[in-house]
Amino acid sequence: MTALPATNDAGRPSVPAGRVVRLLVLLAILGGIAWLAVKNMGAEQATEQLFNALTRGAIYALIALGYTMVYGIIELINFAHGDMFMVGAFVSLTFLGQILGLEGAVTNIPLLIALLAATFLVTMAILALVGVTIERYAYKPLRNAPRLAPLITAIGVSFILQNLVQLVYGPYQTNSPKIFPDTWVIQVGSATVPVLSLFIIGVAVVLMIGLQLFIGRTRLGRAMRSTAADRDAAALMGVNINRTIAITFLIGSALAGAAGVVNGLQYGVARFDDGFQAGLKAFTAAVLGGIGNTVGAALGGFIIGFIEVGATAMGYTRWGPAIVFGVLVIVLVFRPAGLLGQQLGERA
Amino acid sequence: MSVVTDLSPKAAGGGRMTGLRLTASRHRSWSIVLGIAVVGAILPVLAYLPPFSLAQPANAWIDGYTNAGVFVLLALGLNLVVGVAGLLDLGYAAFFAIGAYTYAYVASPFGNSVLGINLVESLGTEVGGLVFWPMLLVGALVAATFGILLGAPTLRLRGDYLAIVTLGFGEIVPIVFLNSDQLTNGTNGIGGLLRPSLPIIGSFSAINPWPYYITMLVLVSFVMIMCYRLVESRLGRAWEAIREDELAAAANGINTVTVKLLAFALGASTAGIAGVFNASKLVTVSPDQFTFIVSFTVLSMVVLGGMGNFWGVAVGAFVIYTINNVLLKTLNQFFDQTGFPILKDIDFIQLQFLLYGLALVAMMLLRPEGLFPNSRRKRELHTAITADEQDSLTTAEGTTEEGQR
Amino acid sequence: MSDNVLSNPPILVADQVTRRFGGLVAVNKVDFTIPERSIVSLIGPNGAGKTTFFNVLLGVIDPTDGSVEFMDRRMIARPERLAVESLLWVLPALLTGLLAFALAEAGILSGRLLAVVGFLVLLLLIGMLLLAIIRPVWYQTRLARVGIFRSARPNDMVEAGVGRTFQNIRLFKNMTAVENVLAGMHSKLHGNLVSAMFNSRGMRVEEAAAERRADELLTLVGLRGKGNEAARNLPYGDQRRLEIARALASDPKLLLLDEPAAGMNPKETQDLVALISRLRNDLGLTILLIEHDMKLVMGISDRITVLDHGEKIAEGTPEEVRKDPRVIEAYLGAPAS
Repeated sequence: MTALPATNDAGRPSVPAGRVVRLLVLLAILGGIAWLAVKNMGAEQATEQLFNALTRGAIYALIALGYTMVYGIIELINFAHGDMFMVGAFVSLTFLGQILGLEGAVTNIPLLIALLAATFLVTMAILALVGVTIERYAYKPLRNAPRLAPLITAIGVSFILQNLVQLVYGPYQTNSPKIFPDTWVIQVGSATVPVLSLFIIGVAVVLMIGLQLFIGRTRLGRAMRSTAADRDAAALMGVNINRTIAITFLIGSALAGAAGVVNGLQYGVARFDDGFQAGLKAFTAAVLGGIGNTVGAALGGFIIGFIEVGATAMGYTRWGPAIVFGVLVIVLVFRPAGLLGQQLGERA
Repeated sequence: MSVVTDLSPKAAGGGRMTGLRLTASRHRSWSIVLGIAVVGAILPVLAYLPPFSLAQPANAWIDGYTNAGVFVLLALGLNLVVGVAGLLDLGYAAFFAIGAYTYAYVASPFGNSVLGINLVESLGTEVGGLVFWPMLLVGALVAATFGILLGAPTLRLRGDYLAIVTLGFGEIVPIVFLNSDQLTNGTNGIGGLLRPSLPIIGSFSAINPWPYYITMLVLVSFVMIMCYRLVESRLGRAWEAIREDELAAAANGINTVTVKLLAFALGASTAGIAGVFNASKLVTVSPDQFTFIVSFTVLSMVVLGGMGNFWGVAVGAFVIYTINNVLLKTLNQFFDQTGFPILKDIDFIQLQFLLYGLALVAMMLLRPEGLFPNSRRKRELHTAITADEQDSLTTAEGTTEEGQR
Repeated sequence: MSDNVLSNPPILVADQVTRRFGGLVAVNKVDFTIPERSIVSLIGPNGAGKTTFFNVLLGVIDPTDGSVEFMDRRMIARPERLAVESLLWVLPALLTGLLAFALAEAGILSGRLLAVVGFLVLLLLIGMLLLAIIRPVWYQTRLARVGIFRSARPNDMVEAGVGRTFQNIRLFKNMTAVENVLAGMHSKLHGNLVSAMFNSRGMRVEEAAAERRADELLTLVGLRGKGNEAARNLPYGDQRRLEIARALASDPKLLLLDEPAAGMNPKETQDLVALISRLRNDLGLTILLIEHDMKLVMGISDRITVLDHGEKIAEGTPEEVRKDPRVIEAYLGAPAS
């Protein structure tokens, strides 16, 4: 079954050119904001904030991808997905801090690379396992139940995850070893940009491209697309639906885990309730970009990153979350299909 | 279900109602008042008997009952929205907050100064406290207005999206209260609220729990009666219809927008009433009283108590609250005192949300209709095929296999 | 009987109705009229656009072009002058606000009174917002007089007198048969929030009468005595009848039946034919049928319209349509010899 549109209204026929127009408008707005930023803060600070925003955005984008993929394929808003991100952050800090006993920056480059690779691998693998397990035991039995049931279950799972972590690590912030040195910087014009930022953005971009290639070119990716478009037809074509859905969760959770790792590297702390707010913001990003659309999720993630950093830069830190949720409400009310509309489940 | 006038017992679908249920449905209002009166009388008695009397003094129990009552009210209201109309509202605490702050503006010095009126000072505590009673209605109306404001643009969204939007709203409202120092005193909240007062009795006190307790019994009775009346009316049928199949409901003349808005508004107004009462009892309001935890707790109560069934939800809410606030605290004390090796280190209060989460998941997997289900809901939730699935089983214009279903 | 009926004035007129989905044209400039008290059928191969056309008639989706008139009132068409409507929403609040501002400047209005007026402005805004969202019928008629138009929604169509059944039964499965029919009666009953809360005598009287009428309707379709069964427990044939009873509950003048005979055996189909005839002969209803069962269609229709690829390719009496070469080609895919 094709993923249904967000509202019950019938759609107007869409004009293909409108998409290009919209993107141009978006770019114009971003350009305007950039100009304002430079005016207010000066080019140097503006550049630094730019990379700040991109870093933030990268993290949200990685989380948003999981939301959008799961929604595209089974039309469930996985409330617990934000908490997967949080679990990822804690897994990585446990791995680095308690298992490997690291505390601070690691300057030996080969060692750093090895550690980073290991952390990503371990965290993403564990998260993938957790995601698949949750899907198998909490969501799969409810696949045909009225919509309310899996939604409530997802909330329950979210709370379970949060509280398990809280039980083990306590309600306060836990330190996460920032093994990537923040003293490493490069100069962009007169601005100082940490290499860590570039690394995070790079990781996110690589993962996103990898995901697009996977969805677009591999058999499994095709299976995902067809399941999202029309589950019954896909089943009739021989697609193993259960396995496809499991893989979707696997990938989504792994990406959230990666987001958790980079979050720990960047901010050095983690708390049991990080997932809730981050999750909401990432979900906003997914909706903004067009739920079910992986490119949209990435785009949305970066936009939300910009909004948040912009709000902070202009002194409205406390209102940051409210602004993001405001964006969510506005998008859902006026343009539920988001900027790029459906993709995973779109009809030809 | 409509009001029955002939004598043949009509059922809530597919069966006959007998005995207690039948009598209760025929004389709905009286059975509610009676039920609440009986419960209201028994509970204080229990408070004086062991083992309850050992856990805490009787007055603390009665105070606890009243606090539980606040959640009962919230659960009843949310049940209208989620259980009856089938709209998932995850930001219910926002309306609770709105009711509370509305009362704060009228009944506190700070609030008065913001509004530019002089109620508290000029009337004093005894007379000023009388304002509580009309404020119950005002709080309900203000909350209902916000319910309409939120619902109007968003109710046409599909279930999952509505859930997220309401969640967003539920997050935005406390943030606004938190950050608008001028208008809401920010993190400190607004204090010095007037306690309710009555002509002969005078002002309610912080020490004597009885006036609050009895007021709560009256409020719960009132809200429950209203809820049942609404559900057993044309409006209630419309809610059920849209919950079962919105498209079919519209195709049968039901203005789904109006009906959903009403559900939202009525649910919000109940939260508003609870907010006013709660504010008058705690005599302060602050943003941290209205977090997502509150919304989530009330939702758990509705789900666990049996969506759609008001008595079930009320009992569920009461039981959950009491377990929470008394049992877990007592377990903590007990294990601390007796010094059990591992158990004494566990903070049971912290555990409660873990338990909620587990309970919710378990409920949805095993008994989604709740502990005290509506028999209709039971059938609904244990079905494998819903209307959406039916659509997907058919091609655009082919015949279906319903004959074999 | 057929000939007389077909010359009746039309109860519904669809004029050049078109519906596009992106690049696909599902319905292409279809003209369609339904004479009063007639039984007309709409047939065509799968994918011909029948259901889409149906949904346009019922207000479920907007047409891309064209209009539909029911009982001489334009119900469905492309929206007109929506911008003006938006203006209308803010106008009262705006005017009052400006007035208040002017008075404040002049010093006539200040302090407390100004706050009250500000509050009034807010109320006006909320009121207009509600009107815009809920769109009661009187609001729509008044707007129509100034040339502002939005298509009727499905529940508006029901209020106007159009009823429908669904191709894949969409009963309220967990409600009883009687409750289903009572739900169908929604638009004709008047119980509202206030009367429910106060349990007014008027409401109780109305509910009792409603239940009696529900029983009557159930008897009419042959479901007497099964009122208390949950809809999901009814056998398939009974469920189809219940759908019809529910559609009748809103006192429609035009009844749209979407594949009412799907899945029925010949005996059940015969009963259905008898029922449909009774509805037209005894109750004076006009009936539009979408069907694939050719025996039923040929047997009962006064007139048949054939759609293929979104276009009307033939229209006439069963005899005429049966012999039409274009129809034969559409169904069999080859020119008739």
